[in-house]
Amino acid sequence: MMLEVKNLHAEVAGEEILKGINLTVRAGEVHAIMGPNGSGKSTFASVLAGKEKYSVTSGEILFNGKNLLEMPIEQRAWEGLFLGFQYPVEIPGVSMANFLKAAISEQRKYRHLPPLSSAEFLKMMKEKSKIVEIGSNLTSRSVNEGFSGGEKKRNEIFQMAMLNPCLSILDETDSGLDIDALRIVATGVTRLKTSENATVVITHYQRLLDYIVPDYVHVLYKGRIIYSAGKELALELEKRGYDWLIKDYDNEQ
Amino acid sequence: MNDILETTKNDYKYGFVSDIETEEFPRGLNEEIIRLISEKKGEPDWMLEFRLKAFRHWQTLKTPTWAHLNIPPIDYQDIIYYAVPKKKKLNSMEEVDPQLRETFEKLGIPLDEQKVLSGVAVDAVMDSVSVKTTFRETLAEKGIIFCSFSEAVREYPELVRKYMGKVVPYTDNFFAALNSAVFSDGSFCYIPRGVRCPMELSTYFRINAANTGQFERTLIVADEGAYVSYLEGCTAPMRDENQLHAAIVEIIVEKDAEVKYSTVQNWYPGDKEGKGGVFNFVTKRGLCRGANAKLFWTQVETGSAITWKYPSCVLQGDNSIGEFYSVALTNNYQTADTGTKMIHLGQNTKSRIVSKGISAGFSHNSYRGLVRVAPKAANAKNYSQCDSLLIGSQCGAHTFPDIRTGNKSSTIEHEATTSKIGEEQLFYCNQRGIDTEQAVGLIVNGYAKEVLNKLPLEFAVEAQKLLSISLEGSIG
Repeated sequence: MMLEVKNLHAEVAGEEILKGINLTVRAGEVHAIMGPNGSGKSTFASVLAGKEKYSVTSGEILFNGKNLLEMPIEQRAWEGLFLGFQYPVEIPGVSMANFLKAAISEQRKYRHLPPLSSAEFLKMMKEKSKIVEIGSNLTSRSVNEGFSGGEKKRNEIFQMAMLNPCLSILDETDSGLDIDALRIVATGVTRLKTSENATVVITHYQRLLDYIVPDYVHVLYKGRIIYSAGKELALELEKRGYDWLIKDYDNEQ
Repeated sequence: MNDILETTKNDYKYGFVSDIETEEFPRGLNEEIIRLISEKKGEPDWMLEFRLKAFRHWQTLKTPTWAHLNIPPIDYQDIIYYAVPKKKKLNSMEEVDPQLRETFEKLGIPLDEQKVLSGVAVDAVMDSVSVKTTFRETLAEKGIIFCSFSEAVREYPELVRKYMGKVVPYTDNFFAALNSAVFSDGSFCYIPRGVRCPMELSTYFRINAANTGQFERTLIVADEGAYVSYLEGCTAPMRDENQLHAAIVEIIVEKDAEVKYSTVQNWYPGDKEGKGGVFNFVTKRGLCRGANAKLFWTQVETGSAITWKYPSCVLQGDNSIGEFYSVALTNNYQTADTGTKMIHLGQNTKSRIVSKGISAGFSHNSYRGLVRVAPKAANAKNYSQCDSLLIGSQCGAHTFPDIRTGNKSSTIEHEATTSKIGEEQLFYCNQRGIDTEQAVGLIVNGYAKEVLNKLPLEFAVEAQKLLSISLEGSIG
């Protein structure tokens, strides 16, 4: 079992956002989490990554058998958790190359691997940049500085390729992308998929799932997963919206 | 865990004290002490006269209070004005006290001649005396003089007399007057007409003895068409009491000549509670005397409890250029009031100011700049950029620009920004596996890059590390 989330509750500034999430992800799987605005999708992603703004009030998260909630943010990353940001931040003056070099060298230190030589690192940058069709001009620029929306998202997937995580959580990676950028980003994610790793895709729209075909689709609403099914659910949601699920749930409550 | 230990240990890595016997004068300042200093150094009468005049003038002055600093009262009678590592008069490296050599090795100074390959000529000033200047012979072949100030007074008195006090007169300010009265040593450098100095010249200043003030003087002259790049590094041991450092740097750049002056200032900043640390009150000024003269100041200021420093350019020659690049970092309870003055006197003169302040902890960091264009300085141009970066919410950044222009053909531009290291930036770095300390280092170095790029390479690497080390522990 790669990821086991059990009855997860989390709040921000005294307001409970996640109200008992249960989710199990195995190696080789792709999960899509969908749901209306404000249902807690991004909060869930942030809590998995360890963002300090949110406090977990109860529940448990096991990541490859280890207690994820006890780990600081960077240790979660070293253990193989990657978050693709909805709004990647800019870091002026820090080149992508330097940034990734620092990230990778920390990861390797944690895993007791020898550091990469500059030549090995550059070679790796070159290879991985092809996956998302990112040019060397982007990698020599400062982290996300002056990048277009599409470039930022491609850059997220490029970093994912470089860090080779076992679990990737992609938070609204498709938002703000035109159809070409969407194809490039989604194709990149698909290429990185193996039987060893897993992906959790958080999205509003079916269109991303045309490329990244999920094994499971979950609907998150009011801080809980209220419905789970196979990939066909995404198509149904696209056609019918969330209302039919939400109504049932609200009535039960 | 090891990381944490390492971090704490590294707080101020230059904080050791060398156990070297020193010869010290009694504490206090009076004409007798000044005569003693002068006599000890075997100075000519004109030099003693200069000192005494400066001293008498100093007695009429009061500590300046205009800076955005809180300078505690200093008892000038409680300071030792002269301390010398014993056993002087050295003829070769072997005669240098092994302890002293070890000190310089700890500081990474290539004092040994064998390090010729590193291409740095060093004049190392420990406490009050210049210990050894390397590569003198190599430089002498080109007619370049690079020696201690005392030696210059003895061997090149006419040059020293011609230039000393011409850019920073002893009447300039309180600390300049004090320095002129009691300065103990420093570096002197003269690049003759048309000579390009083949290596970086470098001075390391270190305060070692307790209760000692350091008052060094640097005088650099680049004659017509000459070029030199000069580096200055400063460190001091960790002590509970404050130590006074009041230096003067004077630079004269003649027609078509160019001088680059780079400083990495890392005097002991005091501890986390603000106890101890060096008071760094320095007057640095260069005169672009001839046409097309160029002077570039680059400074990275991370040390000192209090910094009061404004490396300036007087652009007298037509078409002369002055540039000032500064990174000033303050953490804990440090305060810094630093900036520059660009005085445009000649026509078509150009100046550029890039100042990057970084404040963390409870510190306060001020940029103070004067751009003055004289009526006759037609078509003068200035561009100023003053950025402030805040880390945490207890620190302050302040900008005091002063712009005065006396004609209508000049262009002056001033830009200023203030930013904060955001939680989102740190979260992003953390998520990629970069811990907060390292992330702050990356972000700060990125912010300061434009200035760091102006430093000679080996200095830039040192400065980068210094910025990161100085910020350790600044984010909880």
